[in-house]
Amino acid sequence: MIKVESLTKQYAGFTAVDNVTFTARPGRVTGFLGPNGAGKSTTMRIMVGLTPASSGYAEVSGRRFADLPNPGLEVGVLLDASAQHAGRTGREILTIAQRTMGLPAGRVDEMLDRVSLTDDEAGRRVRNYSLGMRQRLGIATALLGDPDVLILDEPANGLDPAGIRWMRDLLRGYADRGGTVLLSSHLLHEIEVIADDLVVIGQGKIVAQGTKSELLATAGTLVRTPDAHELGQALTTAGVAFTPSAATGSQDALRVDADPGVVGRVALDAGVHLVELRTADGAGLEEMFLELTADTQRETITEGAAA
Amino acid sequence: MTTTTLEGVLEQEQARTARTAPAPIPLSRIVSVELRKSFDTRSGFWLLASVGIAAVLATAATILFAPDSELTYDSFAAAIGFPMAVILPMIAVLSVTSEWSQRSGLTTFTLVPHRGRTILAKAIVAVSIGVVSMLLAFAVGALGNVVGSALAGVDQVWDVSFIDVTDIILFNILNMMIGFMLGVLIRNSAGAIVAYFVYSFVLPTLSMVLATSQGWFKDLQPWVDFNWAQGALTNGSSMTGEQWAQLGVTSIFWLVIPLAIGLRMVLRSEVK
Repeated sequence: MIKVESLTKQYAGFTAVDNVTFTARPGRVTGFLGPNGAGKSTTMRIMVGLTPASSGYAEVSGRRFADLPNPGLEVGVLLDASAQHAGRTGREILTIAQRTMGLPAGRVDEMLDRVSLTDDEAGRRVRNYSLGMRQRLGIATALLGDPDVLILDEPANGLDPAGIRWMRDLLRGYADRGGTVLLSSHLLHEIEVIADDLVVIGQGKIVAQGTKSELLATAGTLVRTPDAHELGQALTTAGVAFTPSAATGSQDALRVDADPGVVGRVALDAGVHLVELRTADGAGLEEMFLELTADTQRETITEGAAA
Repeated sequence: MTTTTLEGVLEQEQARTARTAPAPIPLSRIVSVELRKSFDTRSGFWLLASVGIAAVLATAATILFAPDSELTYDSFAAAIGFPMAVILPMIAVLSVTSEWSQRSGLTTFTLVPHRGRTILAKAIVAVSIGVVSMLLAFAVGALGNVVGSALAGVDQVWDVSFIDVTDIILFNILNMMIGFMLGVLIRNSAGAIVAYFVYSFVLPTLSMVLATSQGWFKDLQPWVDFNWAQGALTNGSSMTGEQWAQLGVTSIFWLVIPLAIGLRMVLRSEVK
């Protein structure tokens, strides 16, 4: 169990983490979602005591991280797979962690096996590792002490599709056995397939949180038409709220706060030709996520023509 | 294979249901891990090996090039002492800074969240390496003195007293601690190494220039110049009470206070 309470981190001039409160529960995978620079990594670093909080606190298994007598046995942490001495071999990095935690030496081989690093790869120096191999090594380090809680920052980065699948199964199994898993990502789809709960963060603030089903079941309709402007006018006349949708990446989609039946009726009356009409499952979350990223991303999304 | 995996799974499930609070990590374990970390990389290993290599090379050079009259233990000790005074502080600097420069601190300080314990362990390892290296250096020098005298056909001269030996060891440990302090204070390998050379070679020169040109500074120098105060340890005669006092006073200003500031920064800073 991870509990974060009113956590704030201020740097000179800006607030990286702004009054963040959430709980990651045992037996569930909690996805920590947000665009780059939203404050995910800072929050995670504060959880494990690498960064001091300006105010608020974080607890892991009911205690401050610094009060854990042997943290490696209680919390598995992977913050940055590349943050290792490049001159050490993979096996040596695991051995150092194994010795620090006071575990039997056999644990190192077990973990190498678990993350599918071969003997030959384990004997290579980390400077020669691909990012995917570093992630596997980092996960092996996190799992080494068989902790109750896992805190993983962008663990899927650099993994190939098979690797992402493997990681998903591993974390799923971990949570199913009662473990608490918190993992961050800036990719909605990546989080969608694995998380039970979602915490969405943008510019240091939590913008949404809840179970995945709650957040994805946002009501509404997604409609696509070449005559978005006319449909917009018709919807306004009918008194139905809508927003231009960037979800499909095109300019001809609207997200409407009404059932598809209502939207179809309005379109028929207005004589507007539709190319797509469906319930906006998850589109709300995606929309929100795109809005969050809009300020920081380099590609500009053109606002819908209907606006 | 299947059985091991199954056992692993069972073991995990048990662990998850019945878990007692683990015992705290003892300092001795952190020390042994830090010792291991000081030579488990190629650079670390060769840095340590260079202590032995430099001792042997310096001894060989003394045998080859020193005139017969100077084949004394003191010459050997002086020849070996010079490379030691450079290598040992580098070992101390890098043991601290690599956690930041190589970013391995992210793992180190999450496995042991009380950073002070890790730093203390590193200091213990550094001092131990220093003492062992110096004893090794004296042994190699003694061997060189025996071999050198025999080759040259002169009598063996043992003109280094026990007090001299402990003073020289203390001198080198102090140098190592300066390196260690700069590592803690600067937390960047290149920066700390440069700072060390400024500390040991540039500052003493400035102090000397100041002392020759400014009369008022000349009397003050032994109480202000750390390098000067340390020099008393290696000049062959035993230290007077005043010299110990000067060493103590300068150590407080040039070593203890900056170390305290550095430690405070290490404990509070962000590890990225």
